[in-house]
Amino acid sequence: MKCKKCGRPAVMALPRHNAAFCREHYLEYFDGQVEKAVRENRMFARNDRILVAVSGGKDSLALWDVLLRTGYRADGLYIDLGIDGYAERSKEKAVGFAREREAAIRVVSVVEECGLGIRELARRARRAACSACGLYKRHLFNREAVQGGYDVVATGHNLDDEAATLLGNLLNWNTGYLARQAPVLPAAPPNLVKKVKPLYRLTEREIAAYAVLRGIDYIVEECPMAAGARSILYKNLLNQLEEESPGAKARFFFGFLEKGRPAFAGEEKDVALRACACCGQPTTAEICSHCRMLSRAGTGPPPR
Amino acid sequence: MSEVTRNMKVLVPLPQRRVYELRGPKKVRDILKELGMPAESVLVIRGNDLLTPDVTVPDDAEIEVRPAISGG
Repeated sequence: MKCKKCGRPAVMALPRHNAAFCREHYLEYFDGQVEKAVRENRMFARNDRILVAVSGGKDSLALWDVLLRTGYRADGLYIDLGIDGYAERSKEKAVGFAREREAAIRVVSVVEECGLGIRELARRARRAACSACGLYKRHLFNREAVQGGYDVVATGHNLDDEAATLLGNLLNWNTGYLARQAPVLPAAPPNLVKKVKPLYRLTEREIAAYAVLRGIDYIVEECPMAAGARSILYKNLLNQLEEESPGAKARFFFGFLEKGRPAFAGEEKDVALRACACCGQPTTAEICSHCRMLSRAGTGPPPR
Repeated sequence: MSEVTRNMKVLVPLPQRRVYELRGPKKVRDILKELGMPAESVLVIRGNDLLTPDVTVPDDAEIEVRPAISGG
């Protein structure tokens, strides 16, 4: 295959764009997709301070890499979830990435905060592991962004993540979630920080390719707690569709954003946020779901 | 004298690390078909390079087929 732009040997074929690119033009394509996502959704401005949630995996490190390389003010946030072995290995990737680029990284340990790893916390709170993990991480993203004075939190969610979430929400007709699923979740008083997904136009495979071509040392192994996750089933099903019909994932998700989501706008409940009486983070109830989870697990309240 | 044959080595790191030996030369798309791996879910890597489906991999090459799908 030849690069569509220059005719040199291609390193990456993109059937959904009916194109293939050499290294140089693939990276140009990648940057262009991120830039388009940021610009069209007004995710952040040049002088905004961005907190990038990094796991040590390909998506978040690729996101941090592209933001740093294109001149944004982006610091990292790594959350040590206390998952045996995996946490140490993924932390080394995130911290090593920051060290190589002389970038700032904040590290927060769930075990140091509440005395339990996420697996045990989820078990004691009688929650699914991925659900407890997501809840704890969202809490920390916001808290750390507020404490650090960041304008926006950026996560590495990609097109496959978004298409799989959309499929799950449609299969279960979660109309409230369908009303809210978007590349930008706006800030809200009293202290909810804006969250953005600058990689939502790119597939996981495209992001992995970027990481390999840029020489990013990311953790290839899967989180041991994600084995059997429903999201992986949905992603595999969507990829089967993609093989038969290139562009299916993009049409599914981008079409939803353009035509589907507005139809669910009425489902969005207009509820006022207030500060959690326990931790001070935004919630619709008196005590936020993160603090309720800790309470059910029998651990103390998190630091304010 | 016995004939010495060299097969290509295909490393698949996940879900368990396995090394397959396949007779080459073979195109990337045929390697993936033989391993039952969908092209949309993996990258094929040789050294620091990515290989497109039409590339022919020689007998003695070592390549990695790295899954690009993660959960959570």
